[in-house]
Amino acid sequence: MTRVLPISFSLNGLVIAVDVPVHTLLLDLIRDRLGLKGTKRSCDMEVCGACTVLLDGEPISSCTTLAVDVDQREVTTIEGVTPPNGLSRIQKAFVLHGGLQCGFCTPGFIMAVTALLKATPHPTDEEIRHYLHGNLCRCTGYTKIFEAVRSLAAEQVSEDVA
Amino acid sequence: MLPLPFEFERPSTIADAVRSVEDSGDGMFYSGGTELLLAMKMRVIHTDRLIDIKGIPGLDRIALNDANDIEIGARCTHKKISSDPVVREHVPALSSLCADVANIRVRSVGTIGGNLCFGEPHADPPTLLAALNARLVLIGRDGTRVVHADDFIRSELETIREPDELLTLVVFPCPNGPVTYRRFKHGERPSVNVAMAWSMDAGKGTIKDARVRVGALGSRPQPLKVVEDALRGLRVREVRPAIEAVLTTALDGLEVNEDRHGGADYKRHLAGVLLLRNAEEAIAAGGGT
Repeated sequence: MTRVLPISFSLNGLVIAVDVPVHTLLLDLIRDRLGLKGTKRSCDMEVCGACTVLLDGEPISSCTTLAVDVDQREVTTIEGVTPPNGLSRIQKAFVLHGGLQCGFCTPGFIMAVTALLKATPHPTDEEIRHYLHGNLCRCTGYTKIFEAVRSLAAEQVSEDVA
Repeated sequence: MLPLPFEFERPSTIADAVRSVEDSGDGMFYSGGTELLLAMKMRVIHTDRLIDIKGIPGLDRIALNDANDIEIGARCTHKKISSDPVVREHVPALSSLCADVANIRVRSVGTIGGNLCFGEPHADPPTLLAALNARLVLIGRDGTRVVHADDFIRSELETIREPDELLTLVVFPCPNGPVTYRRFKHGERPSVNVAMAWSMDAGKGTIKDARVRVGALGSRPQPLKVVEDALRGLRVREVRPAIEAVLTTALDGLEVNEDRHGGADYKRHLAGVLLLRNAEEAIAAGGGT
């Protein structure tokens, strides 16, 4: 019977091979064993979105995902969408529009917005609200975050037109 | 919090999965884990073995079969159902419901089968599936049995499924009339929800049969028989006064749990509002004859 399994997966484009106890949560593997601290634990019950990572491009709650379930798959964390120097266009938009204060929820928001804009490059206001409904922020009141995301949708549209 | 240690198996057939549960002390089937892992982390559920069914082929299929039934594999995620063309075409209310379950992360991995098997009263799918007269296919050591969605959830967090029975398929007749679903919620889970499905008699322009289910306010989805009886044989334009005439009696007959989602009177009131709004939508969809 199996209590430890070898897994191999892509983490931000890098192949990782580790043995994990099967009850290990993805969040703990990422933070504690692999040392990427950008992904946050907050509610620990899939409600707040602070632990959001992308699994094969889809947002999931890493706090309630078994590490063994990412075997042979692609995991992307906030570190994977942050350029080596500076910030991504999504991160810049959050800064520009004041879409963060304490910053604890921000990695989760950035990951969710990354997935949203990949699936829907020009989301409507309603699509933005619906997609981000499951990410909680206790500082901004959401308006600034919403404006940041809307600026990205609009910016892309104008680029397309040009 | 971490779940307590357990063993992990990845069977590739239903038979192996069933056998694996039998061989263990209190093994459990596992797919998305959006309910189960939460409960294990909170240490309110303990299992010595998780049997991961994600490697079993065929459990995530959606199709309209030759009998004009819609079949949804139990392992279909909410996301998959919400974007499936068959479901969108024939049961748009189910597409919208699945597009609104919990949040985007839960919808990515959480499954319709897991949702049903958990028996959580504050859930979206069980109420609508009961209104659609869904049947659930369970495969266990003693063979296959088919149960009605109405009979599946016995009480809060309790179903009639035996531990070694795997829910494989959700099947319901392709609707031939408007299907509506509404909910009221404070957080991620519905406080009260109401689903209604009409079968239309196309020749007469009347409602042949109506199924109305109210969920989340009690321990399981409940039928509103009084409303169903009142709707049978009606023309669509007669619906609203017919519902209003029996609504108070119907709502009084509901079993309601008072909890953090609200008191009994409040929840009954919400159920009435949601039902009437569903009726408005169904009237508009039903052609207004």
